Amino acid sequence: MTELSKSGAAVGEPTAASPAPSAFLEVRDLKVHFPTDDGLVKSVDGLTFQLEKGKTLGIVGESGSGKSVTSLGIMGLHTAGQYGKRKAQISGEIWLDGTELLSADPDHVRKLRGRQMAMIFQDPLSALHPYYTIGQQIVEAYRIHHDVDKKTAKRRAVEMLDRVGIPQPDKRVDNYPHEFSGGMRQRAMIAMSLVNNPELLIADEPTTALDVTVQAQILDLIRDLQKEFGSAVIIITHDLGVVAELADDLLVMYGGRCVERGPAEKVFYEPRHPYTWGLLGSMPRLDRDQQERLIPVKGSPPSLINVPSGCAFNPRCPYADVPKDNVTRTVRPELAEVGSKHWAACHMSQEQRERIWTEEIAPKL
Amino acid sequence: MTTQRTSGRRKQALAAAAVVAALLTTAACGGGDSDGDGGGSKNGAAGFDAANNKVAQADLAKKGGTLRFGGAQDADSWDTTRGYYGFMWNFSRYYSRQLVTNAAEPGKAGAGVTPDLATGLAKVSDDGKTYTYTLRDGITWEDGKPITSKDIKYGIERVWAQDVLSGGPTYLKEVLDPKGEYPGPYKDKSKDKLGLKAIETPDDKTIVFKLPKANSDFEEMLALTSASPVRQDKDTKSKYGLHPFSSGPYKFHSYNPGKDLTLVRNTEWKQESDPVRKAYPDKITVQFFSDANQLDQRLLSGDLDLDINQTGMSPQGRTTALKEHKANLDNPVSGYIRYAVFPQSVKPFDNIECRKAVILGADHVSLQTARGGPVAGGEIGTNMLPPSVPGAEGQKYDPYKIAGENKKGNVAEAKKALEACGKPNGFKTTIAVRNNKPVEVATAQSLQASLKKIGITAEIDQYDGSQTAGIIGSPSNVKKKNYGIIIMGWGPDFPSVQGYGLPLWDSDYILESGNNNYALIKDKEIDGLFDKYVDTLDDAGKQQIATDINHKVMEGAYYLPFVFEKFVNWRSSRLANVYTSDGYSGMYDFVNLGLKSSK
Amino acid sequence: MLAYLIRRLFAAAVMLVVIIMVVFGIFFLVPKWAGVDIASSFVGKQADPAAVEAVRQKLGLSDPIYSQVWEFFKGIFTGRTYSGGGDVTHCSAPCFGYSFRSEQAIWPVLTDRFPVTLALALGAALLWLLFGLAAGVLSALKRGSLWDRGAMVVALAGVSLPVYFTGMIALAVFAFGLDWLDAQYVPLADSFTGWFGGLILPWITLAFLYAAMYARITRATMLEILGEDYIRTARAKGLREPVVIRKHAMRSTLTPILTMLGMDLGALIGGAILTESTFNLPGLGQAVLNAIKTQDLPVILGVTLITSLAVLIANLVVDVLYAVIDPRVRLA
Repeated sequence: MTELSKSGAAVGEPTAASPAPSAFLEVRDLKVHFPTDDGLVKSVDGLTFQLEKGKTLGIVGESGSGKSVTSLGIMGLHTAGQYGKRKAQISGEIWLDGTELLSADPDHVRKLRGRQMAMIFQDPLSALHPYYTIGQQIVEAYRIHHDVDKKTAKRRAVEMLDRVGIPQPDKRVDNYPHEFSGGMRQRAMIAMSLVNNPELLIADEPTTALDVTVQAQILDLIRDLQKEFGSAVIIITHDLGVVAELADDLLVMYGGRCVERGPAEKVFYEPRHPYTWGLLGSMPRLDRDQQERLIPVKGSPPSLINVPSGCAFNPRCPYADVPKDNVTRTVRPELAEVGSKHWAACHMSQEQRERIWTEEIAPKL
Repeated sequence: MTTQRTSGRRKQALAAAAVVAALLTTAACGGGDSDGDGGGSKNGAAGFDAANNKVAQADLAKKGGTLRFGGAQDADSWDTTRGYYGFMWNFSRYYSRQLVTNAAEPGKAGAGVTPDLATGLAKVSDDGKTYTYTLRDGITWEDGKPITSKDIKYGIERVWAQDVLSGGPTYLKEVLDPKGEYPGPYKDKSKDKLGLKAIETPDDKTIVFKLPKANSDFEEMLALTSASPVRQDKDTKSKYGLHPFSSGPYKFHSYNPGKDLTLVRNTEWKQESDPVRKAYPDKITVQFFSDANQLDQRLLSGDLDLDINQTGMSPQGRTTALKEHKANLDNPVSGYIRYAVFPQSVKPFDNIECRKAVILGADHVSLQTARGGPVAGGEIGTNMLPPSVPGAEGQKYDPYKIAGENKKGNVAEAKKALEACGKPNGFKTTIAVRNNKPVEVATAQSLQASLKKIGITAEIDQYDGSQTAGIIGSPSNVKKKNYGIIIMGWGPDFPSVQGYGLPLWDSDYILESGNNNYALIKDKEIDGLFDKYVDTLDDAGKQQIATDINHKVMEGAYYLPFVFEKFVNWRSSRLANVYTSDGYSGMYDFVNLGLKSSK
Repeated sequence: MLAYLIRRLFAAAVMLVVIIMVVFGIFFLVPKWAGVDIASSFVGKQADPAAVEAVRQKLGLSDPIYSQVWEFFKGIFTGRTYSGGGDVTHCSAPCFGYSFRSEQAIWPVLTDRFPVTLALALGAALLWLLFGLAAGVLSALKRGSLWDRGAMVVALAGVSLPVYFTGMIALAVFAFGLDWLDAQYVPLADSFTGWFGGLILPWITLAFLYAAMYARITRATMLEILGEDYIRTARAKGLREPVVIRKHAMRSTLTPILTMLGMDLGALIGGAILTESTFNLPGLGQAVLNAIKTQDLPVILGVTLITSLAVLIANLVVDVLYAVIDPRVRLA
């Protein structure tokens, strides 16, 4: 049933026997497929990237593009909670600091969770247990990985709360999540994630559930903490604006695959994939007028069970007919280098894309 | 009120219940005896109908043991003055004695009166107005003190205190003090509270009743439980029923209303002072159940000996018992007649021909089936005098050929009657039936079906069965609701035409509320016959009058009798000296039941 | 927390007063409107007008309704004396009325029968919680397995079969068929083994019905909770799965179960009529059934009140427990 056919990644092409990489985190040809009654859901279908310590990777895409599943896959949580369901199938390699996680003992991975890699979730209200105080939850997170008494752990929790900017942390530590405001909750969530000084922090839509002013504060906080702790950070978002200032590298996902990847400034100023153009077009910008600025990508995200043949984006791509011989609908484009450390998967020629970008798209943005 | 959550699957579950019923009943038989062939064996059951109007296994009764009653209903009251349920009167003989009581004999003889506390039956004056009794020696209360004539007088006086001691029969009050002059012992100004003029107690051993007007059934009335002695210093008034002070062979040990009752031997009672009671068992227990099926289960399993209510087993238990334990069953006539009655105030039932049309047109076999068939329901009723009442003729008297050629309903005759009534095309009317008696509802439906064939459209109105007195007992309400046909039943308080028919047929008994003369019979001849009856002292004369009254009632076509009711009653194989008595409407005579083993 | 408790207590007290008034109204006013004479239903076959009048006086039925309610209220605290026809009946406090049918004060009847019902309800609750929760959690964790399917079929049977049916089968098989048990209620004070033996079948029968219900709810709730974000968070912390289930998922699963338990227990105390009648247990349900048969209004009234009280208390306890479990409730 699983069709782990040709790898979608053009770079590296690592095999299972490939040696440990030099990068802190390296994901090679990651595939996460969920068998369902309707068919195989290919949430992630061949994803490759690297991330160094102290650097930030932004993974951008619409909901259902596979970005959240990617993060769960790295954390080893893609099968969690699937009681009685058919288990998710995962393949590829995830190297974290010299250890391959997919082939590692699950209990070993569990011990890494929360310790070496931690996660911040989208909605802090639902991601925090409503029946336990903030302090209890941070203490729990700390004591899983540190053999200390509750008192010490609580001191640590207060310290962390203080660090993330919660006023009167010694009092607020005994509050319940519902007694916190949205922004405060996310700060607490961050405090909980960072309590064990993780080397990899994955933030899954960390600001989506927050209002705009708080969003900026939280992003600033993540940036400050990253500097302080020197962690590698993955920020997952559907909003390019969130990662504009934060990310060193950007990875644009569509239909479970990477369609463009490269240094942030490249992807922002010289995007080479029509989908990225669309994302840029739909990005809110403060210097533009309300009407003009939102140009959403037309159509809806592809089915992950029956991914359109050829380029998965072709049904929504205004330029699908630019390449000849209907190639966009028959052949899946591979990632190809379009600049220094900059890849994109598109059938249009470099020149065509450059022309369209500079002449048609960029001026409107 | 229940929280039993059931979904639409309840029906399925019920269907499943029916299937498993077989399993249930066979499993339930584990504790019983398996001799179902009806043959009488020494240790086994006496056989089908072996105790019906005859004594079964009298010689097997041993002294001792615990006799275990079960019941689905507690007595209305165990106070001798207040009880009105037939089984209470029967059971009360365990702890109370009267001057005279029903004979300890099976069948018809049991309806006769025999001396109890008195040395003999009354010496009646020639005018039938003075009854004199002498008390026996050795009669005692449970504390050993002798029972005196004054105790008997006081016990009878309590009937006058209806405002405190409501519920029981008031015949004695009506006969001894028809004008209601005596206020009752609780409002009695005299010192000894024995102010009732109609009873005299010249000494502790003699009691004299002076009736303002003769009544030939007076001694029958004295045989009622309500004529029991009560000792003044032990009278707890309204609470007396919780612990009556015993004059009989057993006394109250414990009683929890609606739960259980235990009687133990009254050691002060002396066998030689009592010609009636054998008092075999050492202990008598009664356990009450809120579910009649549970009771039947326990009878079948052998955990209990008999049903104190004596109103027959419920359908499920009865079916099992008839199939597998027939030898444990008796099928006596209950004394009740089940019938439909036509209030003359509701048109067109003021016309005798319309009443006849209903009687003739009804399918009597179908009505009998609705009542439960010939065994559980009874024989088709052909007239209105229960077979156990002296003067009754049973099915021999059948003026409308109900059990004969018209038993399936005679449409032609019925239509003729309708024509004579001036309603050749039929009419519309309403059948009133108690909603808490499924069998009565079934008979109403049966009647409705057969009336349709002769053009009478009857609507069925099911009313709150607990409110009988205010609904069908109110003639104005009956008229307002257009109740042309009322489904009811009636049994004798004591086996005489007076004890059965007076409230039903005498015009003096038409009441605004609590009326039982539903047909509103105002027939001078019938009234006259009742008047004559109370003056007639010889049995033959009394019987003739009873027969005449019955004929008059039937000729008036006020009633459509359904059945002379029969019950299927259970007696365990442990019981000995078992017999049914007409004195208690076909129930077993409780007071002389014995056990085969003293364990 | 204390403020919360006081608030709930006050609400409960107000509810109780309202209930007394409503129940009183139903039992004494509705018959009046329907033209039914309560007094005459207390008197026997030969309804003597004097007797009816005396009962009416004794019960104060001819008094205006507000004074009847007031007398009833007062009786609860000060006791009551009924007099009429030269007879005086005292009903000492707390007087919840007096049954002229069985000539008993209601309160002793209630206190006599309440322990039976309570023992039935609590024992059954213990059983059904034990089995219902265990089966539900296991089913959720092994969703789709043979165990899950089997357990859910049994649970469906348990929910669908009426208690009188399972009760009758239990009795037929274990009490009458195999003769293992006497199936006879014995007071605890008389004999522990007898008491236990008499209650074990009712417990199992009742627990079967409820365990089935609780298993289904537990399973559904557990599955829902396991999909919650905070469970994912717990796992992301590196917690072992059993700890995730026990500490995080179970606590949330208990909340709706607790609510159900409160209502079910409360309702059972007044409503185990079928079970009590099937097993002939001398509890409140049986008392009320007998009272309905004999039109013994004061008993029905008393049981209704005590039941309402039980439901109120059960709900109060649940509310408090709920607040202990779920801190969000304390604000409400």
